[in-house]
Parts: sequence; C-alpha cells; structure tokens
Amino acid sequence: MRDMTEDDVTGDFTAHHLTYFDGTSRRVLVTDEEVPFPEGKLIVSRTDPTGIITHCNKAFVEMSGFSEEELIGQPHHILRHPDMPKAAFKDVWDTAATGAKWHGYVKNLRKDGKYYWVYATVISNVRNGEVVGFASVRRKPSRTKINECVGLYKEMLAEEQSS
Amino acid sequence: MTYNLTVSPDFPPERIASWFVFNTWLQKKLGVNIHLELYDDFESQHQAMEAGHVDLIYVNPYDATTLVREKGFEAIAAPQGVSDEAVIAVASDGGIKCVEDLKPGCHIASTDDKDVHMMCMIMIEPADLTASNINLSEHPNYVIVAKKIMIGEAQAGFFYKQAYEKMSKVIKSAVVPIVTSQISVIKHMFLVSPRFSEHKEAIKAALLDMHNDEKGRHIVEELGFDSWDEQTQEDTEFMIDLMDTLV
Repeated sequence: MRDMTEDDVTGDFTAHHLTYFDGTSRRVLVTDEEVPFPEGKLIVSRTDPTGIITHCNKAFVEMSGFSEEELIGQPHHILRHPDMPKAAFKDVWDTAATGAKWHGYVKNLRKDGKYYWVYATVISNVRNGEVVGFASVRRKPSRTKINECVGLYKEMLAEEQSS
Repeated sequence: MTYNLTVSPDFPPERIASWFVFNTWLQKKLGVNIHLELYDDFESQHQAMEAGHVDLIYVNPYDATTLVREKGFEAIAAPQGVSDEAVIAVASDGGIKCVEDLKPGCHIASTDDKDVHMMCMIMIEPADLTASNINLSEHPNYVIVAKKIMIGEAQAGFFYKQAYEKMSKVIKSAVVPIVTSQISVIKHMFLVSPRFSEHKEAIKAALLDMHNDEKGRHIVEELGFDSWDEQTQEDTEFMIDLMDTLV
C-alpha cells in the first residue's frame, strides 16, 4: 500500500503513521469530514484467509473512494482509520478465525482522508470444513452507538499508546 | 414416480397461472412427472419442506439457507437481474420522513415473510429500534399491512419491494416509502432436492436455455423476468454466508 499524499485530500488534515499487524506501515492523512452511510445499502467485501481483498461490491467501491481495481489484491486494513484501536481489529480476526461471527462499530478511512462509520459483521467462509476466506458486511449504524464508540475507542487508543 | 414442485408463497398472485404453465413446459422438457403444489402461506410451505414433500422449489433466500445447509438441496438457477429488496413505508401525511423519526414503542405491521422481516429490521437499526422495543404485528398479506398504516394502527410497515410496487395508486399515494433496501446480492433461486439429483443437469440445461426459444421466453417472461442465470454452489454458499451476517 502506498503512503497517502497531500494530493489525496482536500482541506485541513492530520498525518499519522500506522503500523499494521503484519509489520507493514503506511502514512495516512485524515480530515474531519464524515461521509454518511447510504440508506438501505450494504457494503460487502470478501478476503482470502490472510485478509487480502478478493471481492467487493459497488457500495464498497463508492464509500471507500477507491476503484475496484485499486481495492482487489490489497489488505483489508487499507480502510483502517487511525482513530480505531488495534485491539478492535485483533478481536475481529481472533473471533472470525474460530468460526464465530464478529459484530462491531468501525470508523473507516476513505481514499480521500474522509471517514465513514459502519456496523460491521465478519464471518468466516467455510467450505468442506475449511476456512477459505472471510466475508464482511457493513450496514448503517445507529448514531447513539457511534457516539458511545467514539469515547470508548479514544480510551482504548490512549491505553495502547501509553503501554 | 411423481416429483413435487412448489414456489415460495411471496410470488404475486397474478402469476399463479404462469407457474402452472411453467410446470407443464418443464415436464415436457424433462419427460418426468411433476406435481405443482402452491401453498397459501410460509407456514404450510415449511411443513411440506419438513415432511420431505418438496423436490423442486423456487424459493426465497431465507428458506434456501435451510434447504441447502440442512436438507442437501442444490441451487441450479436464479432469475437474471432480479434481487430481493424490501421497503419500509409510512403514512404520507403522518409526519414521519425517515427511519430515525420512528421511536421505541412504535407499531410496525408486517407479514410472515422472513426475508423482508430480516432486511427491514436491519434498516430500522439506525433508529435504535430492535425487536425488543417495537410492537410488531403480523398480517396475512401486504394489502392489510398497508391498511393498518392507512387507518393509523401502525406507524410503519415492512413490504417486499415487488409487492409494494404492485399496489394500487391509491394505496401508494397514502403509504409512501421512507427507505428501500439496495442489497442486490440476496435473491430467489431454483433448488432441487437430493431425490431429484439424477435430473439435475437436465433441468439446469433446460432452464438456462429457456429464453432461447420463443415459447420458453414467453413463459419465463410471464414469471416476471427475462431468463435464468446459472447459480453455482459457491454463489449459493456465499449468499448464505451473507444472510448469516444479517441475522
């Protein structure tokens, strides 16, 4: 994944350096602008067992700001926003790897540095007893729940940064 | 030997004759005896499924999940370009403009269509509404759901999009959508039972080729779509995975 540059964003932004679970890292630029979740739609994506995007629907493409070609083959953490604590994503993968469903509220980063909130569900795709990938379906979240998560994720992030 | 064909009871009533014509066509194509049994409601259909009285079925996604995962049915085809979508509608003069205007304790009218229920429950989540804080009433059909809204007994109703669109102009001007799903990936499909498996390839070939002759094209159009697309096992498994994320 390439680092974001000033050309990707419009308006004021802050720069962050993210390090992912696989040891790779990326510079991201984020703005304060939220993009509302489209009414009635579901964002659907699918990854291989290592988290590489293999399929995405039109709503995913529209909301992420990337083209489909830019998304396929990239790690799913291309959407990771610096306001999200690492522990939340560890929980996603730990849960899905056991075959259980994971639900949660996630703040996602767009290609243009804006963000959008989703209520996400992740499940493993099991075929003939083997996990062949993961599917993630995101839907419109409740604003009340988002507000609860903003506070919670701030606390979790602060804890991660101090440890 | 006679096999049993049925159709998910959410199809529009004006298509009853078309399904009988389809069954006649299918029997001629395959050279097997098939009895078409149409059930009035989902409960009767589920009893038939449980009793093993279904060999071929044009089924909604919710029931497809059960039949594929628990009964060993296989998907062979799905209507081209037609997906299942749902509508939440309210009284046009009731002051409710969006889902967030619905409040805990509100009355919502619905039917026993589990797909529609599932999609609409997702669409009310942004208003912090769940099964535990709404009053949901179940009715035999969508016209009654609309009437419950029109007489003020319900603040909103859950509709199958195709059923809502086929309602009269009078109803549609009094009961208006506040949100319509655009899920795209959830759809009805044609399944065959393990008992019918020896004819699986023949029926698949017949359905996929159906639109290529004039008579077949006319019959499939009367069912409400242009042609059948192949539905692979992986297509079906993935749709079921998606359904799992929504319940």
